[in-house]
Amino acid sequence: MFQLFRVAWRDLGRNRRRSFFSALALGMGLAVLLLMAAVIKGEMRDSMNAAIRLNSGHLQVRAATYNEDKTSLAWEDLIENPARIAAQIAQLEPVAAATPRLFASGVVVIGGESVGVRLVGIVPDSEANAPYRDGLVSGAFVTADDRAGILIGQTLADKFGLKAGDTVNLLVNTSNGDVDEQTFVIRGIYSTGTPGLDQTTVLMPLDKAQTITQAGNHASAIFVLLKDREQTNAVASALQGSQYRVVTFEQMNEILVQTDALAGGYMIIIYLIVLAITATVIVNTLIMAVFERTREIGILSAIGMRSSRIMAMFFAESSLLAIGGIMIGLILGSLLTLYASTVGFYIGDFGITGIPLGERIYAWLTPGDALTLTALAFIVTLLASLYPARLAARMEPVQALRGGE
Amino acid sequence: MEVARIENVSRVYKTGAVETYALREVNLSIQGGEFTALVGPSGSGKTTLLQLIGCLDQPTSGRVFINGKDVSALNRDQRADMRRGTIGFIFQFFALIPTLTAYENVEMPLLLVGQNAASRRARVMQLLDVVGLADRAHHRPDQMSGGQQQRVAIARALAPNPSLILADEPTANLDTPNGKQVMEIMARLNQETGVTFVFATHDPRVIQYARRVVTLRDGRIVETHEAQLQPFQVEPAIAGA
Repeated sequence: MFQLFRVAWRDLGRNRRRSFFSALALGMGLAVLLLMAAVIKGEMRDSMNAAIRLNSGHLQVRAATYNEDKTSLAWEDLIENPARIAAQIAQLEPVAAATPRLFASGVVVIGGESVGVRLVGIVPDSEANAPYRDGLVSGAFVTADDRAGILIGQTLADKFGLKAGDTVNLLVNTSNGDVDEQTFVIRGIYSTGTPGLDQTTVLMPLDKAQTITQAGNHASAIFVLLKDREQTNAVASALQGSQYRVVTFEQMNEILVQTDALAGGYMIIIYLIVLAITATVIVNTLIMAVFERTREIGILSAIGMRSSRIMAMFFAESSLLAIGGIMIGLILGSLLTLYASTVGFYIGDFGITGIPLGERIYAWLTPGDALTLTALAFIVTLLASLYPARLAARMEPVQALRGGE
Repeated sequence: MEVARIENVSRVYKTGAVETYALREVNLSIQGGEFTALVGPSGSGKTTLLQLIGCLDQPTSGRVFINGKDVSALNRDQRADMRRGTIGFIFQFFALIPTLTAYENVEMPLLLVGQNAASRRARVMQLLDVVGLADRAHHRPDQMSGGQQQRVAIARALAPNPSLILADEPTANLDTPNGKQVMEIMARLNQETGVTFVFATHDPRVIQYARRVVTLRDGRIVETHEAQLQPFQVEPAIAGA
């Protein structure tokens, strides 16, 4: 075996430039794939994290009949006395925060213009509001007893030239099917780094939200954040009861989960296309090597080398090319990914419904992806060498000794 | 003991509808220890006969026996197995692997027969010493003269202790002194080890070394005779080879 690789190494050394560029082609292909995988994975991770932090939490406990799509406000679809239930849930060890939230549809009217928003009634003191509190760019956070204050996102503020202290009219659906309208003061403007969400989410204290929507002492859901995402299903099982329905972040962010799965499927196709292109370079290199060394193949055959061993020689060569290419690819790919994971790519306000996208995409290369792509590059290179290796192994010694004439 | 037997062997090459007979119903027996020359003009069938004896090619009709075994219908790998360790080859074009040193070239057939490292090392150095190239063991072919390369090829052919060595125009690309040296080494090895040599040539200086000369013309053996052995000095240098 050692001799096989020693011979293969020297054979590659006969035409160093050609061998180097073949390995480089594979390396560049692998580097691009590592970057692509890391960007997709990073984007999906950040989007899911943003969705969990800002929108869904890890879990929500809802009334069994609550319909999220209709943002139902009927009392029978809501959770009664939510503060008590949230406090009970917060007692659980894996739970980081549990807080009632009331969701309602609304329209912000500024001057002659209006824009649809999602009104979220929050308990201002809750830890779960940290992304909004920490993202406050002007003004102050609302307090629980604030009856006229709201928080709006920076995107919405920029769109209408609003600033803290300004007033806006807010039309809100109520539990009896009517629409109520009140004037509110913008207490503060927040930025979550997710422009799509910042344009459509208006926050106000839960008490005021319950009043304006006529929801009484009800909330749409208990918003639950866990200390560890992996605990989601365990906690969901623990909370499951006949009166309430517990939904996980994966169920609430189905579009994101499906997009992730779809992206994974497309990525495999892209992996194979890119690797197939680089494999053609390897095939070309090895076919040239077979033709250049036809007479030597004849000699080796004459002294009794079996077809399988002749094939093994070319497999050894392609293995060495693959190892060289993979090393180049891992170095290049690591550098590119390091840049993309620290600096990121600016994409601006690139909104997709159901997927909270930040202004920048940060790459995240998982060991699993790196290992999968490395193994895939190696296997595809070996498969690529199958044809040249068979070509060499099937040569008749008499023809090969004549140089293939 | 009969090393090779050719029975009514014909070899026909087809090019489109045209059939060319390289050999026609040839019969030949080669005994152990022979030093036989196949002679004849170009196209007479010398190389084809050598290739059939060497299991590199298969006859169109007739049968070839090596050490009593019919090899006429063996597949590619079975023929490779037969060649490995049984038949050594020396070619006109020195036929060394250019990326391997003299040592590694001689070692290659020993690797194929699965000898261990220690016995390989001893055998290779012994053979390089026999052909006078022990000091060139770690030179690559492009660092050696044609004569030296052909001597390495002889050592390689002899390495796995074959019963038969086939040489196709072994001196054709060598000048007279190198050609003479190569032939003397081959003859000496034949005498000392008893290994059978069959070589194809049309060089009269080579033929004079043969003890038996088989003449071919137009794919047929037209004459076989025992030749006078040219006297040469045999230096006992391959004891145990």
